[in-house]
Amino acid sequence: MPLWNESEETISRGELEQVQLERLQQTLGRVYRRVSYYRNLFNRIGFDPFEFSSIEDLIKIPFTTKETLRIAYPYDMFAVPLREVVRMQSTSGTTGQPIIVGYTMNDIDHWTELMARVLTAGGVTKDDIIQICFPYGLFTGGLGFHFGAERVGASVIPSGEADVEQQLTIMRDYRTTALACAPTYAALLLENIMEMDMAAAELCLRKALLGAESWSEAFRNELQDKLGVIATDNYGLTEIIGPGISYECENRDGLHISEDHFIPEIIDPESGEILPPGAKGELVITTITKEAFPLVRYRTGDITSLMTDPCECGRTFIKMSRVFGRVDDMIILNGQNIFPVQFEGILNEVIGKVPNYRLVVDSKDNQDFLEIQVEISQDIFNDEIKSLNYLENGIVRNVEDRLGFIPRLKLVEPRTIKRDMKESRVIDRRKTE
Amino acid sequence: MLAVRSLRSYYESICALKSVSIHISEGEIVTLIGANGSGKSTLLNTIAGLMQRATGSILLEGKEILGLQASSIVKAGIALVPEGRQLFAPMSVIDNLVLGYYSSYSLKTKKDQNRRIEWIFDIFPVLGERQKQLAGTLSGGEQQMLSIARALMSEPKVILLDEPSMGLAPKIVEDIFQTLIELRDRTSLTIFLVEQNAKLALSICGRGYVIETGQIILSGTREELMNNKEVLRAYLGKE
Repeated sequence: MPLWNESEETISRGELEQVQLERLQQTLGRVYRRVSYYRNLFNRIGFDPFEFSSIEDLIKIPFTTKETLRIAYPYDMFAVPLREVVRMQSTSGTTGQPIIVGYTMNDIDHWTELMARVLTAGGVTKDDIIQICFPYGLFTGGLGFHFGAERVGASVIPSGEADVEQQLTIMRDYRTTALACAPTYAALLLENIMEMDMAAAELCLRKALLGAESWSEAFRNELQDKLGVIATDNYGLTEIIGPGISYECENRDGLHISEDHFIPEIIDPESGEILPPGAKGELVITTITKEAFPLVRYRTGDITSLMTDPCECGRTFIKMSRVFGRVDDMIILNGQNIFPVQFEGILNEVIGKVPNYRLVVDSKDNQDFLEIQVEISQDIFNDEIKSLNYLENGIVRNVEDRLGFIPRLKLVEPRTIKRDMKESRVIDRRKTE
Repeated sequence: MLAVRSLRSYYESICALKSVSIHISEGEIVTLIGANGSGKSTLLNTIAGLMQRATGSILLEGKEILGLQASSIVKAGIALVPEGRQLFAPMSVIDNLVLGYYSSYSLKTKKDQNRRIEWIFDIFPVLGERQKQLAGTLSGGEQQMLSIARALMSEPKVILLDEPSMGLAPKIVEDIFQTLIELRDRTSLTIFLVEQNAKLALSICGRGYVIETGQIILSGTREELMNNKEVLRAYLGKE
């Protein structure tokens, strides 16, 4: 499968390191001169950006956190005068003060190029008709994919947040071949295809690019089987740029990070220590081409690991594993790290699909315990073999085998559990009063 | 082809280049734009081996050349066309060219030297016409051509040009640059062009760097640099 930009995506590691060094030095100089937060920080720790001689020196700089960006609201982290900013986007603000991210003309161009890489790796070409079901507006998903898709030359349907039935009608009538949306949205579409009595065969869909949330292999397989598509993952974060940080290729074995624009590090979320490739930890990113809103060692809050094995696609960028979850979602249960997404595979196997579920964590007498709440809908009971007992035993036993502890289980009625992209799957009662 | 990493260069105790990193790939025309005193000439002189004290790394085709004698650097394949031409004014055009070949000269290579001179006259016919003339009596444009030609005599892989447009009429500069582009197309010559005249430099380069008080503040493709308002305002005088 062709690459969007072969010379850039297959750059030799030696050349990449040179480019990274140059761009990093420029960025450090720029943030020192233009962003008071970084100037004060560097002065305080005695860090001279003009002495910076190798990427290893990055470790001397403390991390930048979401809190810092929140305090900087609205424009204190901007590195250019507002008149050079041609676009504003923002984080959702569900967990606190929203963060405004600015883009210069070059930033938009870079973002568009990065998205073109993502789309091309996902199989999208100028012959595709792509339906973008991400919200347009301050959220980066819609516009990010839109600009990238236009650059690739595909026919873009900006259906955005139209209601599900309309989306499906469009998908069928416009003969959409590629879909870009969030995994929970894809699940919604799947459900409605069934309800609308549409056959997946009526659709011309061949590729799906999913992102903005973590999703499981189990769900990928379900989607690929039921819709007959190749479903690829892509990763992004509004504060960094939006979608476009990393992307899966047709091999679907890790996401290539566009290292000529972003320098990744993996750290232990508790100690801040840098972890070696293969170890799971929090992804930290330093932007090296952003002009309006550059960030140095930004803690993304996402848990992943770096993979150094070469990919058959020929891309030389380092890969990251599919995101396990948010640091906030990480559950520490009796000393063990667990992520919601680990339960999805198990639920899928036992039930035959990934249901709506929630995890409730609590503790008693110094022992942590976890309850899985699973929404059981009509179609699961249709199959006689799947009796309640079978389900309960299956789930509990599988969790015990694979994750090493015995969970509680509660089967609940349909529509009991609120389903929302931004709503966490985890309720940790240990943390609330 | 040429990779500079975290280069620091000093005049006595003054640090004129602060962790400068740039690279040029084979056959590229890369420019460095900056105001007077920003460090442009210092960078070229450091690469050419003319600075007393420098730290960091300069790699030519992977081999370290920082610290080598200037003559070794010429032999390795880098030639400098200095600011203000710096010709040997009381000597003839041909003698200036012969001196450009100095590092390769031996009794065995006399024939090669003559061949190269013929080649130079092919590229710059006016120099052939005036070959016996004293360099100091040439016009500004002809002097610049001679300075470039002298550098080309050592058969460089990389040619460094320090403000070649200075003091020359636009049409002459255009011609000279056109010649350089043709040379690059024919021989994969790698060109590093330092200019105060940003508009001119941006018109022929593929990629560039911007330097300010000894630091590289920006880099990008020609389009990216032209889209950058900072560059536009500071160096192209636009709002």
